[in-house]
Amino acid sequence: MLADVVLEPEITYTRPAALADTYTHYCPGCTHGVAHKLVAEVIDELGLRERTIGVAPVGCAVFAYNYFNVDFAEAAHGRAPAMATGIKRVLPDQMVFTYQGDGDLASIGLGEITHVAARGENLTVIFVNNAIYGMTGGQMAPTTLPGQKTASSPCGRDVEATGLPLRMAELLAGLPGTAYAVRRSLHNVKEINRAKKAIRTAFQVQQAGLGFALVELLSSCPTNWGLPPLDALKWIEDQMLPYYPLGDYKVADGVEQL
Amino acid sequence: MAKQLLKGNEAIAEAAIRAGVQAYFGYPITPQTELLEYMARRMPELGRVFLQAESELAAINMVYGAACTGRRVMTSSSSPGVSLMQEGLSYIAASEVPCVIVDVMRGGPGLGNIAPAQGDYTQIVKGGGHGDYRMIVLAPATVQEAVDLTRLAFDLADKYRMIAVVLLDGSLGQMMEPAELPPFADGAALGTPPAWALTGAQGRPKNVVTSIHLVPEDEEQFNQQLQARYAEIARTEVRCHEYATADADLIVVGFGTAGRVAQTAVKQARAQGLKAGLLRPITLFPFPEQRLAELARQARGFLVVEMNAGQMVDDVRLAVSGQGRGGLTPAVRFYGRMGGIVPLPDEVLGALKALAETAGHTPQPSPVSCLPLDGGPVAR
Repeated sequence: MLADVVLEPEITYTRPAALADTYTHYCPGCTHGVAHKLVAEVIDELGLRERTIGVAPVGCAVFAYNYFNVDFAEAAHGRAPAMATGIKRVLPDQMVFTYQGDGDLASIGLGEITHVAARGENLTVIFVNNAIYGMTGGQMAPTTLPGQKTASSPCGRDVEATGLPLRMAELLAGLPGTAYAVRRSLHNVKEINRAKKAIRTAFQVQQAGLGFALVELLSSCPTNWGLPPLDALKWIEDQMLPYYPLGDYKVADGVEQL
Repeated sequence: MAKQLLKGNEAIAEAAIRAGVQAYFGYPITPQTELLEYMARRMPELGRVFLQAESELAAINMVYGAACTGRRVMTSSSSPGVSLMQEGLSYIAASEVPCVIVDVMRGGPGLGNIAPAQGDYTQIVKGGGHGDYRMIVLAPATVQEAVDLTRLAFDLADKYRMIAVVLLDGSLGQMMEPAELPPFADGAALGTPPAWALTGAQGRPKNVVTSIHLVPEDEEQFNQQLQARYAEIARTEVRCHEYATADADLIVVGFGTAGRVAQTAVKQARAQGLKAGLLRPITLFPFPEQRLAELARQARGFLVVEMNAGQMVDDVRLAVSGQGRGGLTPAVRFYGRMGGIVPLPDEVLGALKALAETAGHTPQPSPVSCLPLDGGPVAR
């Protein structure tokens, strides 16, 4: 005889309200989806969904607005910080964040990101660093590692000709307007949890009006690295972490107390 | 309100403030810098946003962002700075967010000089950025008109969700003239952001401002929608100033300062017995092509005067082509000065007299030439 008591399953996790219920366009194994989820969870937990405006970049995250249930603008390549400045200055009570890749933020948009940090704009920047241009098919980025093979550095990045990769969290930490600049990684559960805490802090810095906040997230690109998803996560750990050490590069006065 | 002695750049700034501009982003460049400086002083006084950007590139993208909130926003610059803004202008046009741009033109190309010129006609009127977009372009010839057109620019930008440009040369930006400022726009009327604006998705589905349409059919349909709006504007928003055109058989066409100088030349020509008239386009897009076509029926010749190598003259040629009596095309001549030199009325009069002597009362067939594949131009 079958048991006549059906136990209701305990719900331990639901999709954040700030995350849209839709299909993803990201490649299998890409950690953009994890980064999106973390941002959406933080927006929910801080109760910001109805007063947040995001700015999407040009790059793989060009359609970020499809995945968030918040107001969104889509910027020109590299210009998201300038666009976010315009929004935030007019609507200072809104939480404004940009979500940018390494080509967008560290190459074509280096001027804009540097000046928002210099001005200490009350903005939150989620910076996804996967050491490559994803959307255009895997070309060398300013963050591409020395010797790393890409479609535009087929023999490996020659640092004699192209210089060394930019460490953006460290670079922006050096500017007085920066309140919070940290690097985290998405290659395992422990680091994902640490990344979420940092994203939360970066939004709280903006809420408290303390200045510019940036979270750099080391992220995988299995497709353009030519690696299976798990090997790509291992590649972050083995190859990226030595050049891009995780850590807090700027935690201004007042941020610890948040 | 009484007339005051106002400098063009500052008059435009105050007119924009009275039109309800909530945010100004800009970068210093001569000969428009007084506009930025005036805003730096006035906007904070009124509790509005002023921010000096790190470049024109950043300025136009700050405008883009602020415009997404549905508030009245603007920037101003001069020719090289406006060149740098073209990327942003294309994006803004494709995102259908309204804003106002003031371009106080100087000599070019390149760094050129800081003297007055009209060399931005093509980059502003035809769209210097990528893709098929248009901006509403208003060309004042006096400080008073600059004030009036600045207000109109904000109204038209909002009405059509488009960029509206106030296009003037450096002499008008620097000139002081008596002008009357309008009263402040009704704040209540400007208070509610439109339904598409980014304001935080409170109690409504999210709003998205974007310019990407990945599916070709969607992109084509979007373009058709834009073109339909431009066609509507071409029907309804044409503005021009005419002087002595009723019986004129020689029509001078010029915009802004060139048009103003040309009016003096037309008066002199009338005094000497020539049946001259002036058409000064106030809207460069939409262009007064229909009115020019009407005038082609009575005119034996057109003289286009510009402070460039001849940019608007192409549009005049198109407008009058085949529109003369018997389907013929009246003569179209060009007189221009470059390098930051403003033409004198006497020079325009001289060009007008030369036109009067050579342009027949019977319009000539339009020569259409092209380069055939086997070389050598062909005329028919």
